Amino acid sequence: MLLELSGISKHFGGIVAVKDIGFGVKEGSILALIGPNGAGKTTLFNIITGALPPEAGSVTINGREIVGLKPFEIASAGITRTFQNLQLFGSMTVLENVMAGAYLRSKKGFVRSFLSFPGTCREEKKIREESLILLEEIGLAETAGLPATQLPFGKQRLLEIARALASRPALVLLDEPAAGLNPSETEALTDYLKKLKTKGTAMILIEHDMQTVMEAADRIVVLNFGQMIAEGTPAEIQAHPEVIKAYLGEDEKIA
Amino acid sequence: MHLKNHKGLILLLFLLVIPLKIDSNYLYSTLVIIAIYSIVVQGLGILMGYAGQVSFGHAAFFGLGGYTAAILTTRFQWPTLLALLAAAILPGIIAAIIGRQTLKLRELYLALATLGFGILVHIIFNEGGELTGGPSGMSGIPNLTIGIISFDNDQKFYLLVWFMLLLILVGIYNLVHSRTGRALCSIRESEYAAENAGVDCARLKLQAFIFSALLAGLAGGLYAFYVSFISPSPFSFHTSVQFVLMAVIGGLGTFWGPLLGAVVVVSLNELLREIVPLLIPGAGGEYQIIIYGIILVGLMIFQPKGLSSIGRYFRLPLKKELKPEG
Amino acid sequence: MGEQLLQLLLTGLTLGSIYSIIALTLVTTFNVTGILNLAQGEFVVIGALIAVSLQGTGMPMAVVFLVSVILVGILGGLLERLTINRARGASSLGMLIITIGLSISLRGLALLIWGTDTYSLPAFSQGGSIMIGGAALNPQSIWIFALVAVTLAGLYGFFEHTFWGKAVKASVYNQTGARLQGINLNTISLLAFVSAGGLGAAAGVSIGPITMVTYDMGFMLGVKGFVAAAIGGLSNVGGAVIGGILLGILESFSSGLISSGLKDAISIIILLGVLLIRPEGIIGAIRERKI
Repeated sequence: MLLELSGISKHFGGIVAVKDIGFGVKEGSILALIGPNGAGKTTLFNIITGALPPEAGSVTINGREIVGLKPFEIASAGITRTFQNLQLFGSMTVLENVMAGAYLRSKKGFVRSFLSFPGTCREEKKIREESLILLEEIGLAETAGLPATQLPFGKQRLLEIARALASRPALVLLDEPAAGLNPSETEALTDYLKKLKTKGTAMILIEHDMQTVMEAADRIVVLNFGQMIAEGTPAEIQAHPEVIKAYLGEDEKIA
Repeated sequence: MHLKNHKGLILLLFLLVIPLKIDSNYLYSTLVIIAIYSIVVQGLGILMGYAGQVSFGHAAFFGLGGYTAAILTTRFQWPTLLALLAAAILPGIIAAIIGRQTLKLRELYLALATLGFGILVHIIFNEGGELTGGPSGMSGIPNLTIGIISFDNDQKFYLLVWFMLLLILVGIYNLVHSRTGRALCSIRESEYAAENAGVDCARLKLQAFIFSALLAGLAGGLYAFYVSFISPSPFSFHTSVQFVLMAVIGGLGTFWGPLLGAVVVVSLNELLREIVPLLIPGAGGEYQIIIYGIILVGLMIFQPKGLSSIGRYFRLPLKKELKPEG
Repeated sequence: MGEQLLQLLLTGLTLGSIYSIIALTLVTTFNVTGILNLAQGEFVVIGALIAVSLQGTGMPMAVVFLVSVILVGILGGLLERLTINRARGASSLGMLIITIGLSISLRGLALLIWGTDTYSLPAFSQGGSIMIGGAALNPQSIWIFALVAVTLAGLYGFFEHTFWGKAVKASVYNQTGARLQGINLNTISLLAFVSAGGLGAAAGVSIGPITMVTYDMGFMLGVKGFVAAAIGGLSNVGGAVIGGILLGILESFSSGLISSGLKDAISIIILLGVLLIRPEGIIGAIRERKI
């Protein structure tokens, strides 16, 4: 297992945000996290990335405990994320956003940046080229020079994904990546994520679009009111009676 | 490629020759002051414009640099170049000590903590007794000597400070176009997302703070050697506000902003000093103070991005012509 | 020795009451508008200086007091309309810079009109010092204590017992809700600055007879007011008063027993101490941008 969660619990005031959550993510696989709004999905992301300390439980990546580490340390351990309410660097261009995401791909610190040793240019060039390739793959190459805020909403989401991928993490947490995308964009994104998976990047996906979830995910974890009510393959989840009852309601069908 | 990137700096290098032709001591001294202030504001610009952290206490670092140079040379007979180095390093060390806690504070609280620090240091200059010379300060600071060159006149000092400023500008250019520069910007935009890209925000903010204190200290040391006399009054809260004013006027987060801001504020200073008494006989420094305040307020309301952003009005249409699809 | 300590305590109480009033206005403005008004000390000074000029014309002190309060109240409102109101979108830092700019301009204006002279104002009531256990209490101090009490009672009455006060309080918690109820945030901000000006002037005229008045004393007064407010937790009205009095007593004792030159340093050290050692207690008061 690449990532393993066990016994994760967190309260806000008297309200249970998540309770006793445990699951694992394999290298190069996609796990979808589904459940109604307020089920604790984003809270779980915040706990994994170190933004929120859990009250109990452990999170390990490649066997290394990361609870208690600072967010930037968790990023260097190979976990990055996107945000449901976008957190782009608004004053930077699209390309600069991705290059900023590639922070961990180079080493130069404050002093060496200021003094500009010869290596700087080579390093910059490498980062720039890699970032352009990434933008090309995700379909944002023509907008590389635009300020990030000038992109339409859907493309801003794609840019967040590109930025999260720029440091070449082992695991990316994607918080509703398809929200605001039109059907053809969603399909392109799904294909891209699957391609990414074959290259070895693992993902946890929070997504409401069931088609995307069923198509892309290897495994699905279902949360309801902070509790894990089911875990399994898409087929198993589709057949799971409790999931159908709790999450989808009696009348709805799973696509 | 490097030359093309630095064409502004090369132009500046050529512009710097002009005063040598005019050879006026008044011009030299004004330009020296501009360069010295500009060095402070370069650092403050990185701190405020890139890392997004405000400081209303940089006159303190400026003053600490000045007093360090003055005390080491007059009381302890240190070589002047060594004293100048110490003038930069000591404020840096102090920034490192106070920064760790202080930079945890946000916006208003950080502004007030740095403001408090500035006032405290100013009081120490005033109450320092024998060591600082109290309110009347200390005189007899020797000329700065580097190797065999003694910077004993305005022209030489002019060349020295502008050369240093140019070096700093090149360094800043490198910095803001590097991984570190992007990381600093990302802190300003979203600390949360910056951390998720692997940026140690606390550490980088502290580094920016130390960097700005080093530059302020260096400028203070240069100032002490230039005027050869030092007292608490140039390092008051008012000076800290002037530094912020320069950074804001020039445009936060722009490359030329700090220099532009220093040029505008110092020129305005000189202009007001000349013109106001002509227009209003008997008027003194009071008009200057009012006009500063009004400019500061007006800028924040009408041009919060500073004068550099005005340039964009002229540049933007051009870009659109070149790239109609954007 | 005991008498000296008592004397220092009385002086400290008076000084502290002054800081309390300034802290009260800072806290109220901050609570209502989210702006930390660094020009508050200037309102105090301009109020006192206007009173000096008015008093020179032979007006009775009560009239002087009222006119000065009204004029500076108008000044506060005018500045709010001309600056704060036009910079609605600015960050809290931008607003802070604006109030610093206002503070500088007002100080320059005071210098222009009243020069660098030191002025004093006559006491509100005749009569010599009141002796308490061997220590002298200036009768003016009692007026200042009264002003603190009246201000505090006034603020309490306004916020807890009037429709408008409750509306303002509601608007702080829920801006949209306030708008739905027809409460105009613009008006509230104006109101806050008018009262900040008026209260500042009231403080200025009251302290004039005790401390001399010069054009440049406003900045430190403002800073002390902030220190007092910070001790009390920045958004807490009662805390501001207690903070102010504590600060006044501490300053009085330290300048009486240690060194008067370090009086200002004491309050700055307290400020830094409060900010750095107990930031969590204060930081909660600031309305941070949510991500």
